Amino acid sequence: MNNLVVFPILLPVLSGMIMFLFRDNIRLQKWISIIGLSGALVTSLFLVNANMNDGIQVLQVGGWEAPFGISLVADMLASLLVSTSSIVSLACLIYAFHSTDKQRERHYTYPLIMLLVCGVNGSFLTGDLFNLFVFFEVMLIASYVLLSLGGSKTQLRESIKYVAINIISSMLFIVAIAYLYGVVGTLNMAHLSERVAEIGQDGMITTISLMFLLVFGLKAALFLYFWLPGSYSSPPAAVSAIFAALLTKVGIYTILRMFTLVFYHHTAVTHNLMIWLAGLTMLFGAFGAVSQWNVRKILAYNVIIAVGFIVVGIGLNNAAALTGTLFYLVHDMIAKALIFILGGAMISIAGTHKLREISGLISHHPLLGWLFFLSALALAGVPPFSGFVGKLMILQGGVEKEFYAIVSISLVTSLLVLYSVMKIFIHGFWGETILSEDEEKSTGKGILIPGSILAAFIIALGLGADWALIYIDQAVEVLMNPSLYIEAVYSKS
Amino acid sequence: METFMTIIAGILFTVGTYLALSKSLLRIILGTAIFAHATHLMLLTIAGLKQGAAPLLGEQSGTYTDPLPQALILTSIVISFALTAYFLVLGYRAYIELGTDDMDKLRGEEHE
Repeated sequence: MNNLVVFPILLPVLSGMIMFLFRDNIRLQKWISIIGLSGALVTSLFLVNANMNDGIQVLQVGGWEAPFGISLVADMLASLLVSTSSIVSLACLIYAFHSTDKQRERHYTYPLIMLLVCGVNGSFLTGDLFNLFVFFEVMLIASYVLLSLGGSKTQLRESIKYVAINIISSMLFIVAIAYLYGVVGTLNMAHLSERVAEIGQDGMITTISLMFLLVFGLKAALFLYFWLPGSYSSPPAAVSAIFAALLTKVGIYTILRMFTLVFYHHTAVTHNLMIWLAGLTMLFGAFGAVSQWNVRKILAYNVIIAVGFIVVGIGLNNAAALTGTLFYLVHDMIAKALIFILGGAMISIAGTHKLREISGLISHHPLLGWLFFLSALALAGVPPFSGFVGKLMILQGGVEKEFYAIVSISLVTSLLVLYSVMKIFIHGFWGETILSEDEEKSTGKGILIPGSILAAFIIALGLGADWALIYIDQAVEVLMNPSLYIEAVYSKS
Repeated sequence: METFMTIIAGILFTVGTYLALSKSLLRIILGTAIFAHATHLMLLTIAGLKQGAAPLLGEQSGTYTDPLPQALILTSIVISFALTAYFLVLGYRAYIELGTDDMDKLRGEEHE
């Protein structure tokens, strides 16, 4: 029992609720949000430390024992992801302070961001399937409002599609939960894992697992990604940076959790399907990214490619690939936030998102330009930045399992990623400077703090990979041995 | 009784899917609402309908009704009502701003 586990969920939601009371006092809202998120970050770092020293941390809410009550479980994977999401949302929040207009600030942008973070952290920490659904909804409802807030034509049009798709997929999620409950009679993830192992994963349970794959695939933009480019490119830059960094990653996390803890008996069906879906996701995402001339659309398609790449690692399901997956997951959350923030700053300076009309920004904004160059290299997995290590290990896992086709698709799409982001860099930052400093639409100063924080993490993760792998190896150990997770949930201490 | 409920849920799923696939925005919203009702009926049915006493310790009954699906449905109904209300407001606002509720016209322009 450890009450620390609930704080990364509780602090954002409490501070968000307090912030709703101070509608007109934007200054106070900013301070409360910073304090709330820093608190979540500090407690999640304590959780990582506690995992290192004493193993998995579990809280049985209200003191009800495991299969009957609700458990919050912070194993190393969840703690690492919670810390990363806190860092990323803190950076995006600081960028939002500079880039959000007065109208949006008055209409509760910051409290909604806090509720979004609460939903994300809750989904990482919960050990119960139905609670997962509830935290998903908390996160999604906050994202619906953030997406449509401001009410421009594009935003409204894209939110309708986003909301419709997510309502249908949430309902399918409940259907899948209902089927699973009908077959095995429990919803606690540890108990589920035990029951499924006892009765063996027959055709019925495999079918249910495919239904979960469909639902989580919709949320994670795995193959069913058609809603993503439009909806991620319409809200303000700070908001779409948070979306890109966190929302799809929650879907990926749940796929990772369910298919290593519960449905791991029939890898020939489920995991192979996952690998091929992920391969197609990467290919189509890469085609999309290469074909676009809209800065925000190029970046949104890059989110899809990364999802495909991470899910390949989950599908390969051996130690090397899973280590790579976790490393790449943490890297991708940070790198996506950074590049979306930089892209947003670029658009706000140039006043347009059409790449053909932007040119030569680097002469007035050298820092922005070089940060963009750095994050472009990191995104494509060029050493010494953080993307390289994860990519290498996933590919190593693919070679071990002899999936050469997928390995080559991954390598080709990495090149296309590099091409698509370098296209932004070359067209946007090089060439003739067409805007003098007076003609620019904004100064682009707000990126300095969040940009350098996130860039520092990317460099540190790349150079200090050995140090980071100590933690990630421990997380992989739990994923490879579900019994560790089950024992931790049932232990009475 | 379970068979009957399952058939009702199936009909509701069909109606919901049919409506959600239509062009008009209002029909899509109503379709998602009916889809949600179908889901809830199915969740209630799948664990077995009322068979014994209320699940209280003092009842001393031989069989108890499973309380979990009811708890789950309560949460899910609240969420789906909130979502339907939000979706209706969003649809209304989009109709005012964009001047149409035809999904074909909401695709977005090719080169914007």
